Amino acid sequence: MTTANPSIDQATALPLKEKLARTTAIQRRRAFLLTLPLVLFLLISFVFPIGQMLFNSIHNNKVSGVVPEFTTAIQKWDGQGLPSEEIFEIFVKDLAKAKKVREVGRTVGNMATRINYEMPGSRSLFTKSGRKVKNIKEGPYKEALIKIDKDWADPQVWLTLQRASYDISPAFYIAAMDMKYNETGEIVKADELYQIYLNNFGKTLWLATLITLICVLLAYPVAYLLSVLPLRQSNLLMIMVLLPFWTSLLVRTTAWIAILQTEGVINDLLVYFGVIGEDGRIQMIYNQTGTIIAMVHILLPFMILPLYSVMKTIQPTYMRAALSMGSKPFYAYRRVYLPQTIPGLAAGTLLVFILAIGYYITPALVGGQDGLLISNLIAYHIQKSLNWSLGAALGTMLLVVVMLLYWVYNRLIGIDKLKFG
Amino acid sequence: MINKLVNKTLIATAVATTMVAGSVQAEEITVVSWGGAYTVSQVEAYHKPWMAATGNTIISDDYNGGLAEIKAQVMADNVTWNLVDVELSDAVRGCDEGILEVMDHSVLPDGDNGVPAAEDFLPGALVECAVGNIVWSTVFIHDESKIQGVDGLADFFDTNKFPGKRGMRKGAKPNLEFALMADGVEPADVYEMLSTDAGVNRAFAKLDTIKDSMVWWESGAQPPQLLADGEVTMTTAYNGRVFNAIASEGKPFVINWDGQVWDLDLWVIPKGAPNQEATMDFVKFSTGTKPLADQASWIPYGPLRKSSFGLVGSFHSDANIDMAPHMPTAPDNFKRALQNDFEFWADNSDQLNERFNAWLTK
Repeated sequence: MTTANPSIDQATALPLKEKLARTTAIQRRRAFLLTLPLVLFLLISFVFPIGQMLFNSIHNNKVSGVVPEFTTAIQKWDGQGLPSEEIFEIFVKDLAKAKKVREVGRTVGNMATRINYEMPGSRSLFTKSGRKVKNIKEGPYKEALIKIDKDWADPQVWLTLQRASYDISPAFYIAAMDMKYNETGEIVKADELYQIYLNNFGKTLWLATLITLICVLLAYPVAYLLSVLPLRQSNLLMIMVLLPFWTSLLVRTTAWIAILQTEGVINDLLVYFGVIGEDGRIQMIYNQTGTIIAMVHILLPFMILPLYSVMKTIQPTYMRAALSMGSKPFYAYRRVYLPQTIPGLAAGTLLVFILAIGYYITPALVGGQDGLLISNLIAYHIQKSLNWSLGAALGTMLLVVVMLLYWVYNRLIGIDKLKFG
Repeated sequence: MINKLVNKTLIATAVATTMVAGSVQAEEITVVSWGGAYTVSQVEAYHKPWMAATGNTIISDDYNGGLAEIKAQVMADNVTWNLVDVELSDAVRGCDEGILEVMDHSVLPDGDNGVPAAEDFLPGALVECAVGNIVWSTVFIHDESKIQGVDGLADFFDTNKFPGKRGMRKGAKPNLEFALMADGVEPADVYEMLSTDAGVNRAFAKLDTIKDSMVWWESGAQPPQLLADGEVTMTTAYNGRVFNAIASEGKPFVINWDGQVWDLDLWVIPKGAPNQEATMDFVKFSTGTKPLADQASWIPYGPLRKSSFGLVGSFHSDANIDMAPHMPTAPDNFKRALQNDFEFWADNSDQLNERFNAWLTK
């Protein structure tokens, strides 16, 4: 304790305002320390991964990391015809060096995969040549390499290599927007047979809107009943709302499969009562219908609960007053009751819509071929095709769409008016 | 009295502990395969004898193929899988990408007949990062109690002749091959044709004809179940699992070998996996002549060692069923067969799967 304690005299000598500022500053710092675990948690589990995803979607060093010297050389090339003998020599030597590397992210295979994204079918050109390139002992290197595989005489290979040699590139966003580079390096629309992402974004938005609308229609009367029924009945109703909410998502989804499938409960009943014939069983699952039904059921509580919490606080006397002054019931509802429920409605729609737009497990299980959402495609690139950069680009686009919608929402309704309960 | 008992227990525990500690340290490895009847065959023929011989433990885990989990574990530097059973295309691609360990084939034991491993294994079974164990095949199956007279692959695509749903593995491979062969292309020409746009279009056009009747499966256990439940009339499936549904569960399924697409399964070690010494010991053991032959008595997947062929016996639970005629490589089954071309798929799977996904949602 070398620093002296501030004496009481000194402390009292300070003006009162400053003293107060000091104490509150200390208190604020203490309060901040209390939130520190949360801040750290958010940084580690939220800000950092999202930052990394954004970075991954534009950054890919699978060429510069594998053939570094060639990267410097090819970036100076003018893109006309084939590169010079000198560049070929650097490439052959770099490739032979890279062939010996077994570090993840630095192998010839990694580069081959990267180029294959933009030039389908070129993967084996790299991996095969990588195996044979050590036999090239002396020049002319251009001739020797083309002798290994005549595809090296294709200028498009070198143009693609040049493009991919830049670590930062929009290539994955281009792919995510159903576009591609053509033979001469211009960005064009991809062949219609390969277009998938934009359509799917559109479908995801449309399905999320539809699901939100259905949730509003179903939840509003239920929430109203919950708020006006006597305690005993409303408690029972509340339990019926909450029980499924507490049940595991997978269990609920699987239950829907059992109910809706062609050999399932509903179809069996319809056949039993003769409504449909044995071969007229209705396909209600493994398609868009299945996705909508299951997702509405799963997301419904997120609409009911905020609505209920708002409706509970609305005084019944307002409606009675309106009616007693001669208003028609519907008019009174529209002018008096509905406006008061807007904060709950807004919170519910925002919750349901944003949850729906990123939904993944339920469509994967019951969506079949046409009920898949954009998150299923993202999962496909993360889990199956291993094109993490494209997955990251799609993820970023989804994030941007959500933030845009949030912004529009804020402008229209005002986020401070939301009431989650 | 109680004191004595406690003492005795304590002594017993102490003795037991010293015994375990005194013996060679028991290792534990996680071996990952495709689940179901296939994993059972491996547990019976490889895991149990090896565990009994070495005192080590194997934890058996299932997956649905692909390199995703291996890549994720390697990238996160947290490899928990010691050994994985993969398809040839994944073994080659994983090796190229540096997420698999290089395997030293020189340590593999000679065949029981003394032939060195390098000559005993079938061509293509030993690749840089992998040791092959079996040949398996994708075939199409139907339920003989419901439909009769299925003749060849063309019937799979003929919903007029055989109405009802069809099951296929979700993905481009090997459905494009099936489509072309059903359209009359000879197996030898399939990949050459698929390398052209016209060939790919022709394959998708053929798939279009049954698209509305399609049910897509993802794990190998699904198709026999789909057929048994009546969800599909015909489905593609892995031959081994179907055989087991027929032989052990008495299902009236029939395997149609016309246009079968066969492939290899291989052992690979994810890069940086722990306990590699014990893992390699298991690889050496399980790909030996006898275990490979034993495996074939649990499921009809052909052993990749020539020295195992003669030792393949009858089905483990029914001595009347000789396994040899049920192998994908049996001459009668092999008349119109196609080997999956790993290089073609390494080159084109990204593009064709993209087109397949786009096609699915249209």
